[in-house]
Amino acid sequence: MTFSPRLETKLARLLESYPKGRERAALIPMLMYTQDEVGYITKELAQEVAKRCGVTTLQVDEVVGYYTMLRDRKMGRTHLQICTNISCLLVGGEELWKHACSKLGIGHNQVTADGSISLEEVECIGACSWAPAIQTNYDFHHHVTVERLDKIIADLRKVQ
Amino acid sequence: MPYNDPHPAETRIISRRFHLANPASIETFLAHEGYQAFLKASKMTPDEVVNEVKKSNLRGRGGAGFPTGMKWGFLARNSPKPKYIVVNADESEPGTCKDRVLIEFDPHRLIEGILIAGIAGDAHRGWVYIRGEYRYLIDIMDKAIDEAYARGWLGKNIQGTGFDFELTTHSGAGAYECGEESALLESLEGKRGQPRIRPPFPAVSGAFQCPTILNNVETFCAVPDIILQGGDWYASLGVPKAGGTRLLCISGHVQKPGVYEVPIGFPMMKAINELAGGLFPGRKLKAVIPGGSSCPVLAAHECDLPMDYDSMAKAGTMLGSGGMVIMDDSTDMVKAALRIIKFYQHESCGWCIPCREGTLWLKKILTRLDDGIGVDSDIDLVGELAENMLGRTFCPLGDAAALPTISIVKKFRSEFEARLAHVQVPKGGNESLVRIHA
Repeated sequence: MTFSPRLETKLARLLESYPKGRERAALIPMLMYTQDEVGYITKELAQEVAKRCGVTTLQVDEVVGYYTMLRDRKMGRTHLQICTNISCLLVGGEELWKHACSKLGIGHNQVTADGSISLEEVECIGACSWAPAIQTNYDFHHHVTVERLDKIIADLRKVQ
Repeated sequence: MPYNDPHPAETRIISRRFHLANPASIETFLAHEGYQAFLKASKMTPDEVVNEVKKSNLRGRGGAGFPTGMKWGFLARNSPKPKYIVVNADESEPGTCKDRVLIEFDPHRLIEGILIAGIAGDAHRGWVYIRGEYRYLIDIMDKAIDEAYARGWLGKNIQGTGFDFELTTHSGAGAYECGEESALLESLEGKRGQPRIRPPFPAVSGAFQCPTILNNVETFCAVPDIILQGGDWYASLGVPKAGGTRLLCISGHVQKPGVYEVPIGFPMMKAINELAGGLFPGRKLKAVIPGGSSCPVLAAHECDLPMDYDSMAKAGTMLGSGGMVIMDDSTDMVKAALRIIKFYQHESCGWCIPCREGTLWLKKILTRLDDGIGVDSDIDLVGELAENMLGRTFCPLGDAAALPTISIVKKFRSEFEARLAHVQVPKGGNESLVRIHA
């Protein structure tokens, strides 16, 4: 299994940044970066990353099962993450979450039928002073209102 | 990010470059004293650097507040093994968003702090462990690192000083627990983020079982000015035993939430009313989480105090991470307690039982209290369960979950009792269940 040339360069550099014989250290960042390109941690991807980091696929599974951002199944083209933790909760995070659920007709960690959007209620994303906040994939949106969320969702549905 | 305007009541040291044009670029950094502290430190011995940091009374800005100079002094520098520097940028304590602005607006300051720590610890390799959600910051940091290599501020024989240093970013993948230093090291090594039994501490056996200096982003960022302007100067900004300034991330029910830099010992009410623009008209202060959601909550009448370690401890809470969450009289404290415990339950790594089971049961009981189907004994049960977690877990996550819960139940007990008095069938709830409980 190979990745885009840009990612391959990045991965090569990543592996070099740990002490010799400690390639396992690259495991989590490598899963993150390759997941971005492949979509989720497929069986094939887990095997490939295991080979590159010198671990067993079981050790990969162990890590995938632990970290929230590593996914073992396909999510939407855009992953919509809504924070409802304390700072966001105080200023409308929960309303945004409920609105997104009813608007999309899906719940936590579910994907819309057309595959365009998946939804996740997330824990604090470090945007507390600009709450309520959401992330679409890695992009932050601050001071989100229900109206803005509607617009964001409408735009995401158009993404092919 | 919509970064707030500077406020005249701030003391801007580590945030002083935030408002320059292209603040993250190496050109801006070099034009504003950038890397001068490193050059100064490169002419000092490791002991001199450590002593300067000790003199500064800098205390760890991640939350625990351990004296940084002492931590650096513990490093097993004479070990034949390589020494490492690890930066904790796994900022995930609810209410905290300060490391984010530090990396976004002044990444080279962080690199400079790391280099100085490298001199202090005879270390020549480091990693910046950044939480996975902060991907754009990983990109900013990677760019800054590339610039520093290209201009000879990282790599071999930096600026002819004879000092070598290699630095890379390392992405996390979504786990609050990895903010705990030993769990972070496990994660850095490619494993599940579960805490290690200590001792040995990272200063003796850290990353890859080698002596390691591990600090929060903000702690490293404070170091360049300590070297440049002196430990005594830095100490004088704060209070006895805790020097310097720190970033407050103010959120919740205030008119101007934002990140503000203040000296240690800054009055809490001044932070709320002046920096953050006060509460909304007609609203009254109800409670404050002073430094991230793991800190015991202060009720309004307890908030008139200076924000230093001792005053906060005397008030029964902590300075924590600087994440201040302001709650006005519209806040439902039962809901707040439930949301806080939901977080810790989700993030418990499951390694030790008091935390794994304790957070789960607290969540269950608080959920039924919030749903209005709790029984009288539930309120005391919450307190008892939480008390039983204190000091009985491998890492501080257990305490982090228990402390705020205990404080909210104790200080806002009447709200919990009111929920019992108004027993209602929750939407879609089971009526027979309510009868049993009632």
